[in-house]
Amino acid sequence: MPDLLPALPEIFVLTLACAVLLVEAYTKNGYWSYALTQLTLLGAAVLTVFTTSADTVYAFNGLFVDDLMGDVLKLMTYLAAIVSVVYSRTYLTDRGMFRGEYFALLLFAVLGMMVMISAAHFLSLYLGLELLSLSLYAMVALQRDSKVATEAAMKYFVLGALASGLLLYGMSLIYGLTGSLHLAEVAATVDFRNQTVLAFGLVFLLAGLGFKLGAAPFHMWVPDIYHGAPTAVTLFLGSVPKLAAFAFVMRLLVDGLHPAVGDWQQMLAVMAVVSLVVGNLAAIVQTNIKRMLAYSTIAHMGFLLLGVLSGSYAGYSAAMFYVVTYVLMSLGAFGMVVYLSRGGFEAERVDDFRGLNATHPWLAAVMAMMMLSMAGLPPFLGFYAKLTVLQALVGAGWLWLAVVAVLMSLIGAYYYLRVVKVMYFDAPHAEPLVPATAAGDVRALLSLNGAAVLLLGILPQPLITLCAYAIQASFR
Amino acid sequence: MLENYFPVLLFILVGLAIGVIPMLAGWLLAPSRPDSEKLSPYECGFEAFEDARMKFDVRYYLVAILFILFDLEIAFLFPWAVVLGEIGLFGFVSMVIFLAILVVGFAYEWMKGALEWE
Repeated sequence: MPDLLPALPEIFVLTLACAVLLVEAYTKNGYWSYALTQLTLLGAAVLTVFTTSADTVYAFNGLFVDDLMGDVLKLMTYLAAIVSVVYSRTYLTDRGMFRGEYFALLLFAVLGMMVMISAAHFLSLYLGLELLSLSLYAMVALQRDSKVATEAAMKYFVLGALASGLLLYGMSLIYGLTGSLHLAEVAATVDFRNQTVLAFGLVFLLAGLGFKLGAAPFHMWVPDIYHGAPTAVTLFLGSVPKLAAFAFVMRLLVDGLHPAVGDWQQMLAVMAVVSLVVGNLAAIVQTNIKRMLAYSTIAHMGFLLLGVLSGSYAGYSAAMFYVVTYVLMSLGAFGMVVYLSRGGFEAERVDDFRGLNATHPWLAAVMAMMMLSMAGLPPFLGFYAKLTVLQALVGAGWLWLAVVAVLMSLIGAYYYLRVVKVMYFDAPHAEPLVPATAAGDVRALLSLNGAAVLLLGILPQPLITLCAYAIQASFR
Repeated sequence: MLENYFPVLLFILVGLAIGVIPMLAGWLLAPSRPDSEKLSPYECGFEAFEDARMKFDVRYYLVAILFILFDLEIAFLFPWAVVLGEIGLFGFVSMVIFLAILVVGFAYEWMKGALEWE
């Protein structure tokens, strides 16, 4: 019998996700599911904290690994999921989506992310990815009377299936090369005499990975899905899965294919540069804030890849710090879009934020903090995230990439600052933007989110140290 | 290593040939004297009753999907039953957990009314 203890949080989430389905079926009352979801995520956090150790433990015949990086990322996943659920409560209630299905799908998505984060085998990696993707497709399509949402879900599904196909083909080529699906064994037996097959496998793996991350040139789906999905779902799928996507990259490329680092570095460099250019330039012309944030995500994923491609501990921990930072910022930014939407009205154009400072100075301040942080201005958290990545990049000798990244960040600052300008210097709408039901806990959590971005920006060292320690402990 | 795929390529080519050659042969060798009666569509000797592309009730689709879900689990149960003696209590409990998860789905679809036709 396998040792079940390392996977205790996963088993817990699975059990409770099934329970949420049953609760929905028998009570048909969204509040029970909501409460149970929050309890599940909190319980999983407690279990993860109690089973944490600095040692790496393998379970289920090497399919599953429990290490420090995984534990930290899982804790962040629970936290981000809890925050996104609280933010979206009013939005979901207004649109009749406040039902058990939403929460059950969300929990299954979280379970998929946990499996991805803890995968030590191609199969478990793929299994987690599919569980996550299938739940997300259904969540995007949840508002089934909305034409845009259904179209987005269809696009997401078709492109997601294509990406999975590419990924699987890459995995099968690597399997043909090494004779093993265990990432550790793959790393030990990668055969460099067969350079063609290795390159082929890597190209397919990275193409699939690029699709899932939303890195250019595989980014076409990102703006459409972010735009078309109900904003509460955009909030979830635009932030939380990025943590798992980072883990996915690390498991695949560093755990599994580290000997081929020279090969994948080049490919990642191309993807990162294209992402930075496309993301930042295309975001400038967007008038829809969801689309703008989608393009900004593409640019941020480029930055994430820059950290990974440095190929050093410093680079990996910088990338991990970056992804945690990004999740905090995107939760705040999308949370604000969700907050300003009310029954039947979506605050999704940049124009809808006009003069927010005059009517809601505090909300405007939080949004401004998110935007400035995403632009990478000190003293906000986003500045240190970009700084650590650039330091690692220069340390690894990729000076030209660092120059490109800085130039593109400068261009990117334009569209973030435009939102700030619209909020502070333009006259407000005649009809003020006030959410119909402004719940106290949502306001408090949004404020906390803003405070976290500011305070962690002033004192970033603990978070940076934590990421560096987790990476050191997990990848020896 | 890529030469290992040669049989696959060969298989595709032969498969294509087997599909294409009879059609070509029929087209080239058969006598062809069409008239308007021969070319008009018919259904069991009569004029066609309605368009072949008719709409199905979406409920058939739902029932088909649910059937496949519960039918496929049999593919899992048979091999399990054959080796049950060897895999012992652990194998037994694993299957019970799998079936329990399936029952959750069943209870959900039942309560949601997916099994009711009207």
